[in-house]
Amino acid sequence: MLELLLDKYNYWIVVALMLFGLYIVISRGNLVKKLVGLNVFQTSVFLFYITLGKAEGGTAPILTGKPELFSNPLPHVLILTAIVVGIATTALGLALVVRIQENYSTIEEDELEDLNVAVMKGEQVRVKGSEGDAR
Amino acid sequence: MIAAEHLPVLQVVGPLLAAPICSVLRIRNLAWFFTLIVSLGAFLCSVYLLQTVMENGPISYEIGGWMAPLGIEYRVDASNGIVLLIISGISSVVLPFAKRSFEAEVPEKLHSLLYTAYILCLTGLLGITATADAFNVFVFLEVSSLSTYVLVAAGATNDRRALTAAYNYLILGTVGATFFVIGIGLLYMATGSLNMADIANRLGTIAETRTVDVAFAFVVVGLALKLALFPLHTWLPNAYTHAPSAVTAFLAATATKAAVYLLLRFSFTVFGTGSGLLAPMAATVGIPLAVLGMFAGSIAAIYQYNLKRMLAYSSVAQIGYMVLGFGLLSVTGVMATTLHLFNHALMKGALFMALGCVFMRVRSVHIADLAGIGRQMPWTMAAFVIGGLSLIGVPMTVGFISKWYLISAALEQEAWWLVLLIVASSLLAVIYIWRVVEAAYLKDPVPGRTVTEAPLSMLIPTWVLVAANVYFGVNADFTVSVARAAAEGLVGVMQ
Repeated sequence: MLELLLDKYNYWIVVALMLFGLYIVISRGNLVKKLVGLNVFQTSVFLFYITLGKAEGGTAPILTGKPELFSNPLPHVLILTAIVVGIATTALGLALVVRIQENYSTIEEDELEDLNVAVMKGEQVRVKGSEGDAR
Repeated sequence: MIAAEHLPVLQVVGPLLAAPICSVLRIRNLAWFFTLIVSLGAFLCSVYLLQTVMENGPISYEIGGWMAPLGIEYRVDASNGIVLLIISGISSVVLPFAKRSFEAEVPEKLHSLLYTAYILCLTGLLGITATADAFNVFVFLEVSSLSTYVLVAAGATNDRRALTAAYNYLILGTVGATFFVIGIGLLYMATGSLNMADIANRLGTIAETRTVDVAFAFVVVGLALKLALFPLHTWLPNAYTHAPSAVTAFLAATATKAAVYLLLRFSFTVFGTGSGLLAPMAATVGIPLAVLGMFAGSIAAIYQYNLKRMLAYSSVAQIGYMVLGFGLLSVTGVMATTLHLFNHALMKGALFMALGCVFMRVRSVHIADLAGIGRQMPWTMAAFVIGGLSLIGVPMTVGFISKWYLISAALEQEAWWLVLLIVASSLLAVIYIWRVVEAAYLKDPVPGRTVTEAPLSMLIPTWVLVAANVYFGVNADFTVSVARAAAEGLVGVMQ
């Protein structure tokens, strides 16, 4: 059991980060904290891809002219793209949070929910009102 | 012609390069015209591609001349040819409509940037569809998603709830895309390849492993989030309700369609023979969730008073029909799914555009504000009614064609109860469309309000889609033959 834990420790870190990240996204009500959770979640995927590409005892994939054992460069390239995507998502998410703060003066999810539900209730009342007029 | 052989990639690269150019065109009419040209170009490309594919079989394009498993391959066959046609076609119809619609709903200084986001969204959706490289799919998925969040948030001028809708969409969309990329990583781990056909080949030669099963689960759940399969649909109603009208019409007709296509592509072409999970997943998860979605979406739609939200919930139900066809795992079932991809794009596009016309004049899509509108905006409401009939599935409209094939697919497997459920959920659509008809035609107009018909630049695109609803409902030869070729291409590998 201990061997399994130690042998594949990198995968355990990936799984732990993945779950922590998702848990933060779901459980936190603060919009910025949710984005932090999303970042942790995405970071676990970066680590996962880098783990995939690693060859034991391999060096950096640089051409030296001699046959050498090196790590697979492809997952690194792929995950570089995913990192850029992650940065773009975070930036866009934070920009939205700023706009939400400007418009609602809060970034707590439950307070936002209350404000939105109040508007929806108002719309609902209008329907009943117009039906009452018809009668 | 040299360009013709490069069309599979030009289709995507053209809009991609056009996006930065559009962002510096600070005159809004110029930006709009440029976007329209780009979109029409993509549409002509996809018409040519689909025609070639139907005559000569799939086209494979190797980017930079690198051979397929190593280099990135773009591959167009009947199943993605039709999706390319839907995306670029709807985009080209929505754009003439979008000009007046954006002018009324979005501050002027944002226009050229909004069109940039629109082109990027188009690029992403076309890229998802055209590529045969699994990681490329993820990149384009994010290109289209990120620009979609921006487009949805642009509705904030009318209603600040657009911001929270865009934020929630961002969180769920990113979780979905990240699940998808985890699945791709696991697939790469198992096969060492990213090319879809190559992955499928290699999966066929290795024994079924847990890695592949987990990859399948991650890919399916990630895509289910993106295509808004019930109960992962929670981002959709708010996003569609609060986005600007033209954006809603474009997204409702294209974004979830591209994700449904991906689900078909990954289930059949990539995992089809290599994973034993497909059949049990379709039977125990796909069909039940599709049926639940059909009913939950329709019932929720009945209780909505904001008509955009009503149609958004109806989309959740319609996605149920598409996933149901997929869940039957037969040629007829996938054919019904492909047909409904096309037909639903036509009807939802027409309906949301009709609502956009209403919003233009009434500044509201609240059912109480639509009293008597049928007499004041006869053309707009007539378009809505025909679109609504199509949604219900009345003969002579496209909705009937896709439901007909869906029911035949269910009958093929002697699933009588499914036929009953399909018909019953269609009847629910009658209720929510009738509520609008009642308000628009049978109630007295709101006193003291003078409303005129929507401008022609918005009515004509709406009626183009309405006409398409009727045309393809009467003459379904084209759609049925493409859908059959697509279904045989996808499911054929299984048998």
